Amino acid sequence: MDIKKSNRKRHLDTLLTATTWTFAVLTLTALMFIVGHILINGVPHLTPSLFEMRWTTENVSMMPSILSTAMMVVITLCLVVPLGMFTSIYLVEYAKKGSRYVKVIRQATEILAGIPSIVYGLFGSLFFVNFMGLGLSLIAGALTLSIMVLPLVIRTTEEALKSVSDGFREGAFALGSGKLRVVFRIVLPSAVPGILAGVILATGRIVGETAALIFTAGTAPNIPQNLYGSVRTLAVHMWSLSGEAFHTNEAYATAVVLLLIVLIINTVAAAIAKALNSGRIK
Amino acid sequence: MIRRARYEQELRDISDKLVLMCRHIEVAIEKCIKALVERDADLAQEVYEEHNLIDKLEREIEHACMRLLVMEQPVAGDFREVSAAMKMITDLERIGDQAWDIAEITTQFGDAEYLKKLEHIPQMAIIVIQMVKSGVQAYINRDLDLARSLDAIDDKVDDLFNIVMADIIALVKIDPDNAEQAIMLMMITKYLERIGDHAVNVGEWVEYAITGVHPKEE
Amino acid sequence: MNMTELKDKVDLWGTDNNSKTRTSERVAVDISYRAHDYNLAVRDCNLYYSDFQALKNVNMDIAQQEVTAFIGPSGCGKSTFLRIFNRMNDLIEGCRISGDIHIGGQDIYAKDTDVSLLRKNVGMVFQKPNPFPMSIYDNIAYAPRTFGIKKRGELDVIVERSLKQAGLWEETKDRLKKSALGLSGGQQQRLCIARALAAEPKVLLMDEPTSALDPISTGIIEDLISELKAQYTIIIVTHNMQQATRVSDKTAFFLLGEVVEYNKTIEIFSKPKDKRTENYITGRFG
Repeated sequence: MDIKKSNRKRHLDTLLTATTWTFAVLTLTALMFIVGHILINGVPHLTPSLFEMRWTTENVSMMPSILSTAMMVVITLCLVVPLGMFTSIYLVEYAKKGSRYVKVIRQATEILAGIPSIVYGLFGSLFFVNFMGLGLSLIAGALTLSIMVLPLVIRTTEEALKSVSDGFREGAFALGSGKLRVVFRIVLPSAVPGILAGVILATGRIVGETAALIFTAGTAPNIPQNLYGSVRTLAVHMWSLSGEAFHTNEAYATAVVLLLIVLIINTVAAAIAKALNSGRIK
Repeated sequence: MIRRARYEQELRDISDKLVLMCRHIEVAIEKCIKALVERDADLAQEVYEEHNLIDKLEREIEHACMRLLVMEQPVAGDFREVSAAMKMITDLERIGDQAWDIAEITTQFGDAEYLKKLEHIPQMAIIVIQMVKSGVQAYINRDLDLARSLDAIDDKVDDLFNIVMADIIALVKIDPDNAEQAIMLMMITKYLERIGDHAVNVGEWVEYAITGVHPKEE
Repeated sequence: MNMTELKDKVDLWGTDNNSKTRTSERVAVDISYRAHDYNLAVRDCNLYYSDFQALKNVNMDIAQQEVTAFIGPSGCGKSTFLRIFNRMNDLIEGCRISGDIHIGGQDIYAKDTDVSLLRKNVGMVFQKPNPFPMSIYDNIAYAPRTFGIKKRGELDVIVERSLKQAGLWEETKDRLKKSALGLSGGQQQRLCIARALAAEPKVLLMDEPTSALDPISTGIIEDLISELKAQYTIIIVTHNMQQATRVSDKTAFFLLGEVVEYNKTIEIFSKPKDKRTENYITGRFG
């Protein structure tokens, strides 16, 4: 019995190992470089004046933008989560498998997911800002972002619902439950972690978005009085600062804060995903 | 919760029936010997009833064992217990037959006086009754020593058999007219000796049930 | 042939003659079986999955307070047949069924049947233990809550009784608030049995309830079935011949959607009438 590895096979193994290592290191280096670059250039410029409640041309405070971002996230999620959730519940629990209608909805969400955000911005500007007369405003921005992240919410919720074992559904039906009770008492609670993970991913998208917001929510640097006021989120704020030659340092400082927020969101998402996996039965 | 409650119950039923079968055998042997000694034809007739009951119990136990084999597929000790019971009842049933055979012979002596006082035959009967009881008891109590003791007891039965035979030969030699009664007594003695052998068989199956090895295999 | 015509010909369903009273009772309390009368009767049942005929002209009477085992090779229709009794086949798209299926004299496929109430009365235990991802208590209380029992005291009584019936009370009484998913496989399956019992069913359907369990848990569940049969009509689908003989009073052998043989278990396993049954139960199938 000859079970020795041939030389050729051994060399191929070494080559493949070396290649994978090289690329992994390259990727890591690029990431380290970007983070390092932002931290080195940003952290020294994180001054208290950047966190003042009112923005002036002097302090170029990012505090109003941080709060605006939070508002934008909350309003967008309020719009998109119910819409996306009920759509997915329909698709997974109610629609007939393989019906044309479902296929059309799936196709539409796929396409929506693939559209560049600038296109959403343009659409929002034409439809919400001009046609509906909402102007450059918090609400116009939120509506635009809702449409943008809707596919994401639908897909993640769908996956979360599908991952709920059919055994639960069967068991609940066999105990005399109606459809509604099965969906809301059994399926949805089991899918909550998955849905939450999707919501957090959507939050990440909202926080990081600029292109779709510049044309819909505008760039007003202070906290708006109402839903119809123009706002700038943190990402837009950074984009504005970097456009002005005088505020490169402040832009870096903003980037540090943005990075931190995104990091927190991702960590939470990962933690929830982990909880989801450990909570499920084999 | 008791595990395999149904199986245990059915096994208990079989044991109960075995005990009952053993009682009837005891009574049958007692009655046929009493019928012989006291020349009681009615008593001899009663043995027939006992014999019938023993046959009926054999079929019942057999049926229960077969049912258990099919329905519960016992293995290991459980399997040996059931199969030993099935083999044992064949021997026990034969004992019942022999008791009835003895009873039948007792009715054929007519009014003739016995050639000699019946002494060893009742002794043999007492021993074989005890042997049958021990065999069944050994099964119920899983008593290996008791089961193994039967072989030695059977030697006593054989000794008595030889004594009776010698007596009968002597009687026939004295007067050939005695031959008729001598043959009948000889047959009764032989049946009792056979009962002892069957009881030994029972003991051997008990040993198989307990140890997994039938003594004749060794 | 509709029910009334059939009934005029022969009293197939074992119902009494005053069927008028029975109908009015049904209107009043919907599906509520009389304690002494929930035998199952199937006449000329055919079932199709789209173009595939899964059951062919099945006729069967199942006595109450007996354990009936369905055996047969995979895909023979035994699970499908089991599921007609609580209409779980309704959930499968493209599934059509014809024939008369009666439980306790009532046509369970009648237009005015409340499927929820039917399933309350005809409980089911599945192949894979499927406790809900909630506490042990909430699992058991699920069905009673579905049917409007909300009072804590009442639920407590039901939970304790059901767990005791399933022989799980001693093991779980101190951890009722803990997740049911923390139980072992065998315990989970007994929990599922308890959960079904909490709905106070009359009939219990078990679809290979022990095939995912180890021999010890299997033995415990088999003993449990023997205990429960005093109160419930039980049907069990099994691939395990020994299980069929150990727990059931009657056995039906299915092959290619047909009932080949249906008889007392002892008869089926000691002297089957059909050669195909003999081949299957002796492992010489094919």
